[in-house]
Amino acid sequence: MCGIIGVIDRQRRKMDGSAIKRALSMMNERGSGEGAGYVAYGAYPEYEDCYALHVFFDNIHETKRTLEAMLEQWGHIVHDERIRTYDQPNLRTVHIPWRYFFKPYAGLMAHSTSPEDDIVSQIVMKINTAHTGALIYSSGKNVGVFKAAGWPEEVADFYRIEDYEGYIWLAHNRYPTNTPGWWGGAHPFNLLDWSVVHNGEITSYGTNRRYIESYGYICTMFTDTEVVAYLMDHLVRKQNLDADLAVRALAPPFWDDIDRMPEKEQDLNRALRLAYGPAMMNGPFAIVVANHEMMVGFTDRIKLRPLVVGEHGDRLYISSEEAAIRAMDPNVERISMPPAGKPIIGRVAR
Amino acid sequence: MGKNVTIDAKGMHYTPLNRMIRQAVAEGSEEIVLENVLGQRFIANGLRGEATITVHGVPGGDLCMFMSGPTCVVHGNADHAPGNTMNDGKVVIHGSAGDAVAHSMRGGTVFVRDNIGYRGGIHMKQYDEKRPILVVGKNAQSFLGEYMAGGLLIVLGMDGSTYTGRGVGSGIHGGEIIIRGDVDESLLGVGATKLPLTDDDRMRIAPVIREFAEAFGLDPEPLINAEYTRIIPASSRPFAGKYTWE
Repeated sequence: MCGIIGVIDRQRRKMDGSAIKRALSMMNERGSGEGAGYVAYGAYPEYEDCYALHVFFDNIHETKRTLEAMLEQWGHIVHDERIRTYDQPNLRTVHIPWRYFFKPYAGLMAHSTSPEDDIVSQIVMKINTAHTGALIYSSGKNVGVFKAAGWPEEVADFYRIEDYEGYIWLAHNRYPTNTPGWWGGAHPFNLLDWSVVHNGEITSYGTNRRYIESYGYICTMFTDTEVVAYLMDHLVRKQNLDADLAVRALAPPFWDDIDRMPEKEQDLNRALRLAYGPAMMNGPFAIVVANHEMMVGFTDRIKLRPLVVGEHGDRLYISSEEAAIRAMDPNVERISMPPAGKPIIGRVAR
Repeated sequence: MGKNVTIDAKGMHYTPLNRMIRQAVAEGSEEIVLENVLGQRFIANGLRGEATITVHGVPGGDLCMFMSGPTCVVHGNADHAPGNTMNDGKVVIHGSAGDAVAHSMRGGTVFVRDNIGYRGGIHMKQYDEKRPILVVGKNAQSFLGEYMAGGLLIVLGMDGSTYTGRGVGSGIHGGEIIIRGDVDESLLGVGATKLPLTDDDRMRIAPVIREFAEAFGLDPEPLINAEYTRIIPASSRPFAGKYTWE
């Protein structure tokens, strides 16, 4: 059991973090105080052309130099600083959060169609698998993840989340079940442009992990959710699937449902299931993913976790509980519960 | 405290809120009105007696869990599992409710005016005079009456919608599910079978539909006379052979 909430403003009007903090703490019962986190799209307008790398350092003497040497080998550090934090009585600071605003040298990966993304992605994978005492947990442009092991309010106050503004926010309150709670295991998980929050467990994790690792992604966070961020990056950025097709690959219709579809639909769905079978996720889950232009929520196909949707003007809300949405926006209109597996997509206006 | 009590639940945690409700009931209150409810779980949890609790707002999960006797009227939507393992009493929701409504319910009545989520009436049960009732005004999602062991579940389809969820009555071994309109054979769960609603059945459920209509100020006659499908267990022991080998 975990609590999730996300909001997107389709006109990119920004919201500070105070409302989502209030909403997430409505769902404290869904967590155990061992992990909470937030992600804001639009957090760094002054460095919007740079990759914002958020790093947990175990210490800043030896590992910091190692990371910076690698960054300078692949690009240019425009600015870096310790992420401002504010001591909380019950939150033990076990890592030092740092941020780099980084510009890769695209020419170093000339064979790629997305060289800058590939450079950053491979730096993330290299650092996170090297066990150097550094973990890059956020690596997109103009986006920032803020997470730690604690209750939602503690983590929000630790980063003063109300000081950040975003037009898309996701937040998560964790109740770890299969693996221990730790800073890196808190949600949201992020890779490049994609962030994910998740309630449930992915019982197909082994299959999904073997599949995604064959494309060079490496799972390092000791929990199932990170594989969703990598799958979305792979399916959308590398395989060029539209977001709703990507979600259909992850949570496809049952075969007997496909059998009853019109022929064209049957062909498409059969092709998706055959091409991306190992990406299909099983087990109970409710997931919200986002990138800089959209937010997508969906559940497992037999709906073993809750997901509620609310709309108000340009804002779309997706959460585990209606009360959390109402805590953010008491005047929310059109509350609904989407059918299992059906993606709910909010996109920014073009 | 007098016969009527109003509690402003704004920003209140469910523990002190439930303590205040129990205290009010213990002191003889018959009408307890909760204002500004938002997300508080377990409201009226384990409550006994005859009181009426009126909730203004959106309560959290497990509303009226283990409740035995009182009436709870919600002006708003409810979250997951209202009426969870309820023993007696009545829950009336002027709105929709989440997944697992009336989860393991043992007695009493749950009326939901609009829609419910997945697994409504999961594992409802009955024993002697204890016969729980769940009535849904509009419609329900998949796995309705999953593992149902007893009781009565009615889906009225008042909004003109037809039931399209899968796995109705999956593992059902007692009780009955009555759904407006026809339910396609392919939607029936393992162990469930469907029958047309007989005149006797209609006579039997008419009082329940009348009570539902009265709770929400509706005309009961069109609902009583509508077409329904009755779903019951294919056998009382659908999995008798599940773990038995020669």
